Amino acid sequence: MITFKNVHIIDPESNRESLGSLTIDNGIIEKIDGPIKGESIDCKGACLAPGIVDIGPKICEPGERHKESFRTASAAAAAGGVTCLVTRPDTSPPIDTPEILEFFLTRASNSAKVKILPMVTLSKNLCGKEMSELGFMKDLGAIAFSEGLNYFHDTKYFQKTMQYIKALDLFIIGHPQENSLSEGSVATAGAFASKLGLPSVSTVAEKIGLERDLSLASLTKVKYHADQITTEEAVETLKRYKKTNDRISAGTSIHHISLNELDIGPYRTFFKITPPLRSEKDRLAVINGLKDGTIDIIGSFHTPQDEESKRLPYETAAPGAIGLETILCSALRLTKDKIFNLPTLFKFLSLNPANLIGAPFGRIREGSPADLVLFDPDEPFLIDRFKLKSKSKNTPFDEQTMQGRVLMTYVNGEEVFRRYN
Amino acid sequence: MIAKKNLLGIEFLEPSDIYEILDKAKGFTQQDLSGKSVAQTLDGYNIINIFFENSTRTQTSFEIAGKRLGALVTSINVKDSSIKKGETLFDTALTLNAMKPDLIVIRHPYSGAVQLLSEKIDCSVINAGDGKHEHPTQALLDAMTVLRRKNQLSGLTVTICGDIAHSRVARSNIFLFGKLGNSIRLVGPATLVPDCFKEFGVEVFNNMREGLKGADVVMMLRLQKERMDGGYVPSEREYFHFYGLDEEKLSQAKSDAIILHPGPMNRGVEIDSELADDLSRSAIQEQVEMGVSIRMAVIESLIARVIDK
Repeated sequence: MITFKNVHIIDPESNRESLGSLTIDNGIIEKIDGPIKGESIDCKGACLAPGIVDIGPKICEPGERHKESFRTASAAAAAGGVTCLVTRPDTSPPIDTPEILEFFLTRASNSAKVKILPMVTLSKNLCGKEMSELGFMKDLGAIAFSEGLNYFHDTKYFQKTMQYIKALDLFIIGHPQENSLSEGSVATAGAFASKLGLPSVSTVAEKIGLERDLSLASLTKVKYHADQITTEEAVETLKRYKKTNDRISAGTSIHHISLNELDIGPYRTFFKITPPLRSEKDRLAVINGLKDGTIDIIGSFHTPQDEESKRLPYETAAPGAIGLETILCSALRLTKDKIFNLPTLFKFLSLNPANLIGAPFGRIREGSPADLVLFDPDEPFLIDRFKLKSKSKNTPFDEQTMQGRVLMTYVNGEEVFRRYN
Repeated sequence: MIAKKNLLGIEFLEPSDIYEILDKAKGFTQQDLSGKSVAQTLDGYNIINIFFENSTRTQTSFEIAGKRLGALVTSINVKDSSIKKGETLFDTALTLNAMKPDLIVIRHPYSGAVQLLSEKIDCSVINAGDGKHEHPTQALLDAMTVLRRKNQLSGLTVTICGDIAHSRVARSNIFLFGKLGNSIRLVGPATLVPDCFKEFGVEVFNNMREGLKGADVVMMLRLQKERMDGGYVPSEREYFHFYGLDEEKLSQAKSDAIILHPGPMNRGVEIDSELADDLSRSAIQEQVEMGVSIRMAVIESLIARVIDK
């Protein structure tokens, strides 16, 4: 039994942001603002919030353990205040059979100290056509179905897959994108991409893909979550569909709300992500989408890439950025800029994603799992990518000063991270 | 002497840098370049030309420029090298660097690749064309040609016609003529001249006659064969009809307008054959000649940085 005292409790569910105390016991939040029981930790006014539930990070097992393993991903997550990973299935091979899923789950339970909940692929080998064995994988513990950062090519098969999944009572995490437009592109169409001479895609590709997915989702009545909304057009489209369909939701990536295309500068490949970074106008539109409730979730889309895959000309470099360890400090910039208060921020980081997967954590409530992050919202620090815990070091925030640092992380009442200064 | 270590693009040059290079190049054009009459100022210096993309004229031009200055020029044919055997660009850079050349000239099919290589190389690097990004020596030689024919390099109307979207020559020229205070027009079908180029302070025309009105310089760009299959323009003949330069369209430009083309030309696609050969209008051969002088000037300037130290 541990009591955190003199702590700012940040709860997105009750919109609380005030001093108090919190006692955890047997893996759950036992009492809020009760008497001090068990070991007491004086938090000196630091913030205690529900641990981050990250929808869409990639752990590179199976296949690319040299880029990231369960052990390193979970260490990075714990250090970043992330207590649950809902992982992408676009590994190599992809998680598209019950056997691969079993391997995944065994590795996860042996090596990870944070919660790992797997997405599995919709189609066999990410072919964008024939269905994977969705029912078997649901029974083994798949939490959602997704093609990762790939596009489901065949619209007819996609419709059938949605119908099948609707009956399984699970949901789809889609990557909205009109592939024939975006294929081969590495930047967002506009003056910046033209100046660098990079193959680019118009922002309407995301809107067209989203229109297709949401039309089918409305038709089949399946629960559908769009992984990343990154453009103004897509925010508008989503807003329109949400008026008539309450089974749809959407996320965005921390990188798309923290950075814009100009950050790519002189072909810096650590800024090459999928979808590509957008204009400042789009970045602000996405933040507004979060503000008005059109977008529900902020995720890291943690995508480890080794040095070799990034040390290439921009067009051929691998896309993706790591983000588990930096999602909280980069998201805190939004509170520093007075765009959101802390409870609202944790709605996007913890509560909404937990609700999406129907989990009891993601909130500070008596009886809920004690998945918690204790952080100092003001402590400044300099990011040194080589000190990050991920095996791959491809962060776009290298050498940037951040404010807000994780002090301790708990999963089911167990300490999984503590910062010793 | 230009202060930069590398020549990666016109974007990074000041107008004074540009004039300095042109001035130096002018010195070379006034010399008789044949035989051994040029001072062998770079005797004993090593230059490596590495071309990851096929090129005849640019590679030859750089080679001759280096040799005229007395440097030892090694040209690497990528087809025969270890790059084809899987060596990464990064290792290629380290390998070349370890050979301690005094200058490396690089062409690469990907935008930004030359800059990436230059970060790992201690000596000066010249970008001989990177993807769709920049081709600075081409823009400099174009400027040199214009200066010789027009006796001025500002206040001119420069019309660039053709496949702007995929052209590094266009980008470098937009920067160069823009920096020197000329008005720039881009002409071509909307598929090859995206509207967003307007943000670079240029005018965009889809009607060639309008774009040519009152132009002092008409720069034609090559249209790649693979872009004429219907994806960007419906056919070769339709393209020539609307965007090929002929006497009739050229009559819209000033009567003393000059024609430039970076080569190699597609006669009958982007330019009428007779017009290309009309030496009173076409400065295409002169461009090639200026190319050597410009490259001599750039090579000498960059190596001089080191000599002066």
